Amino acid sequence: MQRNGPLALAFHTLVVGFMLAPLVIVCLVAFTPANTLSIPWGEVSLRWFRAVFEHSDLVQSFWNSLAVATIAATVAVALAVPAALAIARLRFRGRQALNGLLMSPLIVPHLVLGVAILRLFALIDARGSSAWLTAAHVVVVTPYALRLMVAALTGMDRAIEQAAQSLGAGTATVFRRITLPLMLPGITGGWVLAFINSFDEVTMSIFITSPQTVTLPVRMYMLATESIDPMMAAVSALIVGLTALVMVGLDRLYGLDKILVGSSQ
Amino acid sequence: MNDASNAPRRWVPLALSGPALALFALMVLLPLGLTALLSFQQFHPERGVEGGFTLAAYAQVLGDAYYWEIFGRTGWVALLTTVLCVLIGGPEAYILSRMRRPWRSVFLLVILAPLLVSVVVRAFGWSLLLGPNGLVNQAFEWLGIGRVRMLYTPIAVVVALVHVMLPFMVIPVWTSLQKLDPMVENAALAAGATPGIVMRRIVLPQVTPGLLSGSLMVFALSASALAIPGLLGGRRLKMVATLIYDEYLHELNWPLGAAIALALLVVNLAVMLSTNALLEGAYRRRMG
Repeated sequence: MQRNGPLALAFHTLVVGFMLAPLVIVCLVAFTPANTLSIPWGEVSLRWFRAVFEHSDLVQSFWNSLAVATIAATVAVALAVPAALAIARLRFRGRQALNGLLMSPLIVPHLVLGVAILRLFALIDARGSSAWLTAAHVVVVTPYALRLMVAALTGMDRAIEQAAQSLGAGTATVFRRITLPLMLPGITGGWVLAFINSFDEVTMSIFITSPQTVTLPVRMYMLATESIDPMMAAVSALIVGLTALVMVGLDRLYGLDKILVGSSQ
Repeated sequence: MNDASNAPRRWVPLALSGPALALFALMVLLPLGLTALLSFQQFHPERGVEGGFTLAAYAQVLGDAYYWEIFGRTGWVALLTTVLCVLIGGPEAYILSRMRRPWRSVFLLVILAPLLVSVVVRAFGWSLLLGPNGLVNQAFEWLGIGRVRMLYTPIAVVVALVHVMLPFMVIPVWTSLQKLDPMVENAALAAGATPGIVMRRIVLPQVTPGLLSGSLMVFALSASALAIPGLLGGRRLKMVATLIYDEYLHELNWPLGAAIALALLVVNLAVMLSTNALLEGAYRRRMG
């Protein structure tokens, strides 16, 4: 195997630095004792983290995001499991169209989905409803769950199911005892990916949240356009930390590179 | 399953996909249809959306140089982002693929993991770095270049967009490189090819489909990105996404916003769906 030359490694170092720079800077600035956005070279302080927890709007929107993402990911998985079975296992007319429709939120810009759903919500007076907001999030995160599950099903060895069937197991038993357990890594990975994408979703949510249902990224977007103080850095650092924790867990569970590479094709 | 057992079970696919289908019909197809209708409705500055049928919104968008300037700016910002992603993401994916075992997956994660961090956080990080007193300007001053205004200019928007989009370029290139047997490169080198020839005749043809699909993805996502231009471009540097945002949430001229949003959707779909056509063409040329 060829080795990378010094020039290639220097380029690589720059790229890695570029990718990490904005994440590192928010984590540093979060610990500033000053009132302005600055890097704490000397003493560090947790005052801005305290400010985050005392900011009732931020805390409220964190809980909103947590609730929306948990329910949206769960519903998305519940919808994606049977849909994936149909798409991966059965041959029927309209299969491509069905797959295309369920994957469309990856192609239709979230901005366009946002204004389109805003129009629907305005007509049926659904603005301010957490349930409708969650339904919109389900739509956006279903493709991630569906893709991992279709991949899990197509990679599955059918011989195991056929063996169970020939030994007299019924369709329900085969599904419950064989197919579902074999899909489990896809289901867990799909759920986590759906959860993260719902938790981070800002472009669509910005149009369809109302003051009571504002999610964390939307709240942060609004705060960042109004005034910027180190509290923004502290929230951001908390999010980076939480994301890192989830990633370590996901990596142990499933192999993060597999999920990330597999999910963006 | 044979055909005999399949025939009476026509309802099975529908039953399995029905709930998802119903939700997507209600939350994707219906809203997009309603928005298409909305773009043809009349707007009155005081009374709002009035119904009826008019091409006024489209005429206004097409006839005003102000909108063309925003379309043009969005186009070149997305294009520049795409070119930079090709120039950075392509070589980086190649370097990653040549790394040894533990480092390869470690650095692949470092490049891809920012994908999971909220885009608002990443935009905020760049506003800290590129601000008038940010680290980048401090470095410029130390180097004797002097301070450069970057925040609320296309520079900040492009830099942050490249940061957000780079994983979408690295992933497809990385995937196409996985299919390249390193022995082919070694064989070419052993047969006397220079590294330049190996790059041009072996590596580049292999990664071209990846670069192509990555480019279309990056272009489409950049052209419709809202949070990055919203936070780093500010009010003065309007792009299509922030224009739609303002029409809907500040001007309340929904028919106009709907017309621009539909135009954006059509351009995006054209770009994204041409991926498949182009890729198939590229493969066919290589196979044939």
